[in-house]
Amino acid sequence: MRAADLPDARFRVGDRVRVRAAYPPGHIRTPFYLRGRTGRVIGVHGAFPNPERLAWGEDGLPPIPLYEVVFAMAAVWQGDGAYGARDSLAADIYEHWLEEAAT
Amino acid sequence: MSGADGRGPQGLAHSHDHGHDRREHGHRHDHEAAAHGHSHPFQPDLQEPSQDWEFLEIALRELLIEKGVLSAREIAEKIDQWDRRTPQNGAEVIARAWVDPDYKARLLADGNAAVAELGYPFEGLELIAVENTPQRHHMVVCTLCSCYPRQLLGIPPLWYKSRAYRSRAVREPRAVLAEFGTVLPEDVEVRVLDSTADCRYLVIPMRPAGTEGLSEADLAALVTRDSMIGTAQARAPHPAPTA
Repeated sequence: MRAADLPDARFRVGDRVRVRAAYPPGHIRTPFYLRGRTGRVIGVHGAFPNPERLAWGEDGLPPIPLYEVVFAMAAVWQGDGAYGARDSLAADIYEHWLEEAAT
Repeated sequence: MSGADGRGPQGLAHSHDHGHDRREHGHRHDHEAAAHGHSHPFQPDLQEPSQDWEFLEIALRELLIEKGVLSAREIAEKIDQWDRRTPQNGAEVIARAWVDPDYKARLLADGNAAVAELGYPFEGLELIAVENTPQRHHMVVCTLCSCYPRQLLGIPPLWYKSRAYRSRAVREPRAVLAEFGTVLPEDVEVRVLDSTADCRYLVIPMRPAGTEGLSEADLAALVTRDSMIGTAQARAPHPAPTA
């Protein structure tokens, strides 16, 4: 399903979002190092079955919107890494892992 | 998994070969034993399976064959099919994008449809092409496992699946790039793409300077696997022969 087919998506390109600082068990496709970090939506990939449910052999429906979110490297590592001032990192994050961030 | 790593039937063949090797090279071992007090094989053979996942793969494969769910030939053909997908496929796509701006626009808008145009169906996952520019360099990693545009580029290199690459690419990308011989100015944004979900990323490297007159096939020869992962740039063309 393409982005244009997602009128119900909660976030739009340009929105500031925070990855939930949650640590549930199981098959999670939100990298640990991004939990609690703030970034910006740069793309809406479409909606996909929830991998956390697929991992249990379920159908993962309804599909969940998947966003491309970009983070400044400095916001991700907060000094605990080696990167240029402009360097960034983008990851694909499912909607239920995102919350609105203060602008 | 066995197909993707190309290690299916080899495991079976290997256990038969072992005794044969020992007989054939026995005299060599004896010489070495005399010199060193113990014997070493002249060259190590493939490793015997030792990990749980290897035993599981062998057991599952043998059961599937024994129960008639799959034949050994079907498994071998699947492995062969994967082995025929190579970075050359991706290089053709990139060369076309370099010479045809309309194609590049289609590739950036809908990767799946654009690679299918060239005879490379990419199904079940979103293929996203990203373009390197003088301002931004993309580099792909999958920190969670080994997501890679396999349907187009084939099996990923071993280092792509290593913990070292997966953990370091996101944390010290320029140090990793430097180890691949790729040093970028500070004013270029390095954007690491962590391929975490249902999308697979293909980097469109910058077209090297001095390639204006090259054919599409010659351009494709400059596109390396690593340049489509983003750990390297495309190759510079060989200097034109002076006739």
